[in-house]
Amino acid sequence: MQDIILEARHINKQFHDPVTVQVLTDITFSIAKGEFVSVTGKSGCGKSTLLYILSTMDTDYDGDLLIEGVSMTGKNDAALARIRNEKIGFVFQFHYLLNEFTVLRNVMLPGMKLNKYSEQEVEHRALERLKMLGIEHLAHKMAYRVSGGEKQRIAIARALVNDPFIIMGDEPTGNLDVKNSEMVFNIFQQLAEEHNQTLLIVTHDQGFAEKTERIIEMEDGKILRN
Amino acid sequence: MNSKLILGIAKSLLLARWRQTLVAAVGVTFSIAMFITLLSFMNGLNDMLDGLILNRTPHVRLYNEIKPSENQPVNMSSEYRGSYNFIKSVKSGISRKELYDSGPIMQAVKADERVLGVAPKLTAQVFFNEGTIEITGVINGIDVEEESRLFNFQDYVTTGSAIDAKNVSNSIILGKGLADILVADIGDVVQVTTAQGERFSLKVVGYFQSGIQEIDKVQSYASIGTTQKLLGQPANYITDIQIKLTDLAMAPVVAKEYAQLFGADAEDIQTANAQFETGSNIRSLISYAVGVTLLIVAGFGIFNILNMMIYEKMDSIAILKATGFSGRDVNRIFLVIALSIGFFGGLLGLLIGFGFSVIIDNIPFDTAALPTVKTYPINYSPVFYFIGGFFSLITTYFAGYFPARKASKVDPVEIIRGK
Repeated sequence: MQDIILEARHINKQFHDPVTVQVLTDITFSIAKGEFVSVTGKSGCGKSTLLYILSTMDTDYDGDLLIEGVSMTGKNDAALARIRNEKIGFVFQFHYLLNEFTVLRNVMLPGMKLNKYSEQEVEHRALERLKMLGIEHLAHKMAYRVSGGEKQRIAIARALVNDPFIIMGDEPTGNLDVKNSEMVFNIFQQLAEEHNQTLLIVTHDQGFAEKTERIIEMEDGKILRN
Repeated sequence: MNSKLILGIAKSLLLARWRQTLVAAVGVTFSIAMFITLLSFMNGLNDMLDGLILNRTPHVRLYNEIKPSENQPVNMSSEYRGSYNFIKSVKSGISRKELYDSGPIMQAVKADERVLGVAPKLTAQVFFNEGTIEITGVINGIDVEEESRLFNFQDYVTTGSAIDAKNVSNSIILGKGLADILVADIGDVVQVTTAQGERFSLKVVGYFQSGIQEIDKVQSYASIGTTQKLLGQPANYITDIQIKLTDLAMAPVVAKEYAQLFGADAEDIQTANAQFETGSNIRSLISYAVGVTLLIVAGFGIFNILNMMIYEKMDSIAILKATGFSGRDVNRIFLVIALSIGFFGGLLGLLIGFGFSVIIDNIPFDTAALPTVKTYPINYSPVFYFIGGFFSLITTYFAGYFPARKASKVDPVEIIRGK
């Protein structure tokens, strides 16, 4: 087997408010480096919840999560933030850019936070990512002045800026028209094929999922098909 | 690097909503400006009112009080030492008001390094005669030069010259109120009858105005020599020795020491003018209370605006957290926002407060009662500016503390899922 970079072991999660609901039941799987994985399932099957657990943002669960073989259980807020910053890139359904900043600053933010490269280097890397996604010309526009499809591509550029081990997407195409969805998928595919980038995308778009290498299908908090 | 990034984010968030930021900062600016103006003005007034009395009051006064002797003869008798002695109807003895050995005492006091200066004084009760009317008054015999040096005597001589009291023989400086009653112009001669029944003619060389009308209606000043002549006393006759110390706070200790050393009564300024200090303290207290209240109100303004900002920026906070900013980073961002509002608002407030103080300082304030005061008094003590600056940072810190903590606890999952 290839390098395992993300592993979920017997993850259970319950929502307690207002009544206790079992959301995830005994989720166990792993993702190897370079895999392009999609998680599908109907609304409310727990796929987003799973993603937030895998992304370390949600720490309220039973079971164990290993990123590069290191357990995430019991780590504090700052340590988890550091891991998210360094190893995980995010793309959300809604763009979630910071409107107060230019496109370039938005892409640079995680890089600046990582504090591994100088400001010039981070800027250079950010511009490289933007160029790769064909949106270099937007770099100095304010974030709220660009279109929806462009925003999603900027978000992908931001996810890439720290060379993460894995990119996680929560319905990254859910809010886009067909043309833009296509474009985003192509970008993901290109990343997977050309850069050997690991991707884990949650989507309810069957068409999108079927084009990926591996599909994890979920229902009622359980893995139906892997 | 990290703190630079946090500062940069805080700055962008601040400038993105610059109108709100401005409103918050103006609140701080206004309260700090008022705080500074209020305290400067209040303390200026305090200093002026204190100066009215305290500058002219000796720190320690040596004199002989007329009082019954504490050692009655029967108590000194060895025969009755063991018994209880009841003495009825004790009267004050024929004690002199004069200070014994005033010359050596003054020399000894002058040699004390805690003492700034010594001025002798004697007082004479007299009647001023204006036609058939007799007006009671007091003539203070003073050493004009020392009195001017230590107690700013010349400042209160509004018409004529203080030193003429020394240079012109048989001259007098009348209180303004007294002069008005006597209708005495400068150069006129007033008739004076002493308690012993002697009549004298004294030439008016100036008017004296203390700012306290009751004093001006009764008091007048002459040289020591002239007053001694009025009383028919020799040149060493002195009833008071006024002492000014380098440090006012030492007055009670020095007074006690001198009373014992020279066998005279000694009164210190704190005992003589206790009410003035109380008044000043309460005025200061009120101005501090008002200033701090203003700041707290401004603090609530900042608190509100930051709270609103956090609700508005929930998405941004969530994304910052998702991309690797920890709760502490977010907390710091919002604290920096609060503190920079406090810092810049406060700084501007200090400048505006200074400006207001200067303006007030230049408003004419002419009052007949206060001859030395031409404009409203202001105290430019840097202490107020330190306190103002310090308080603006403290209040904004606390105003930012709770919103920032709230922001740091934002759960990104909830925000992102909620969409």
